[in-house]
Amino acid sequence: MTAPKIKPDEALFQFLLRLGDNTLILGHRVSEWCGHGPVLEEDIALANTALDLIGQTQLWLGLAGEVEGKGRTADSLAYLRDTHEFRNLLMAERPNGDFGQTLMRQFLYDAWSSLMLTRLSQSSNPRIAEIAAKALKEVTYHLERSADLCIRLADGTEESHTRMQAALDDLWPYTGEMFIGDAADETLAADGIAPNPADLHDDWRAIVNRLATEGTLSIPDTPFAHQGGKSGRHTEHLGFILAQMQWLQRTNPGAIW
Amino acid sequence: MTTTLPSVEQVWDWLDAVPDPEIPAISLVDLGIIRDVAWQGDALTVTVTPTYSGCPATSIINLDIQTALRDHGVEKIKLKRRLSPPWTTDWLSQKGRVALEKYGIAPPQPAGGPQRCPHCNSTALSRVSQFGSTPCKAQWRCDDCLEPFDYFKCI
Repeated sequence: MTAPKIKPDEALFQFLLRLGDNTLILGHRVSEWCGHGPVLEEDIALANTALDLIGQTQLWLGLAGEVEGKGRTADSLAYLRDTHEFRNLLMAERPNGDFGQTLMRQFLYDAWSSLMLTRLSQSSNPRIAEIAAKALKEVTYHLERSADLCIRLADGTEESHTRMQAALDDLWPYTGEMFIGDAADETLAADGIAPNPADLHDDWRAIVNRLATEGTLSIPDTPFAHQGGKSGRHTEHLGFILAQMQWLQRTNPGAIW
Repeated sequence: MTTTLPSVEQVWDWLDAVPDPEIPAISLVDLGIIRDVAWQGDALTVTVTPTYSGCPATSIINLDIQTALRDHGVEKIKLKRRLSPPWTTDWLSQKGRVALEKYGIAPPQPAGGPQRCPHCNSTALSRVSQFGSTPCKAQWRCDDCLEPFDYFKCI
């Protein structure tokens, strides 16, 4: 397979959108729990996690706007693009489901994100390296929490175990997309800016295997991977997220307070 | 009117009087987020690093810095954001750590948890949640006096 050529600047812009859209959409999803958490402490923890993700979004999309050079800011990229212009993984836009599903999605993402950010903190692009080093500290803390809670719930009661296994089964086909590269990924890997997505798989799988062992879960045996998010082909869920997230800027363009 | 510019040390002292908006017991300098103060001609550049990337206090902190310096007569102020090296709780001042504990917030420890209860000094402690009332804190409880308290997360 020969991937189509892509200009380095365009590859970088696309990559930064992917990073920023992952944190934006996942952050929005997690923030939906605010005021609905099962207990106050978890409610606060989820809101704080969402806050970190939105903060990282500002850095990634801010840099994306600079790289693009058309005067777009983190805000205009977040609020004024339509679904086909978003580049997040499909997993990020999955509905929250129950608390277990939200935590499982967070764990699967945190594990990947911690590996991606570790590699990006060594990026040949110093702007990317400094944002990654900053975000990695936060994500390391998120992973500690999501892994711990997923194991406790998976190895908990019969009910919680059943729910965590169902969550893993449901989300598993959405994990493959994290490791499938395209022309933009190849261009950046060649320049030492970002890792080849496939290179992260074995370490990620090792983290997930630990969860499965300690939490007595079985990992689904299916290679099927939903994909499309990285190139703008999304599930129906993203439109509803954007409708809620963007309506204020769409109905009152430029509104500030 | 020609006046001599205040010294950099003077500016640091002024900034050390600006409280953190969310934890007013300590100053912005105690928190370790002021990374540099320098004059460039008659313009003062203050370099600030965020604690957490999503910390909602960041814009208030920038505003508080500007207000404080303007109150001291500095007219040209430039705020620079620096991400690298990322902020760490190692940058909390000794004075700040003492003030935190007195205020009821256990200061960060390399071991990853509070050393003692800020109310009764007991070391019998339980973690309630990895997150607390602000991104930089976690919730703990003392098993002796039973008081809940905030712990300043170590990052």
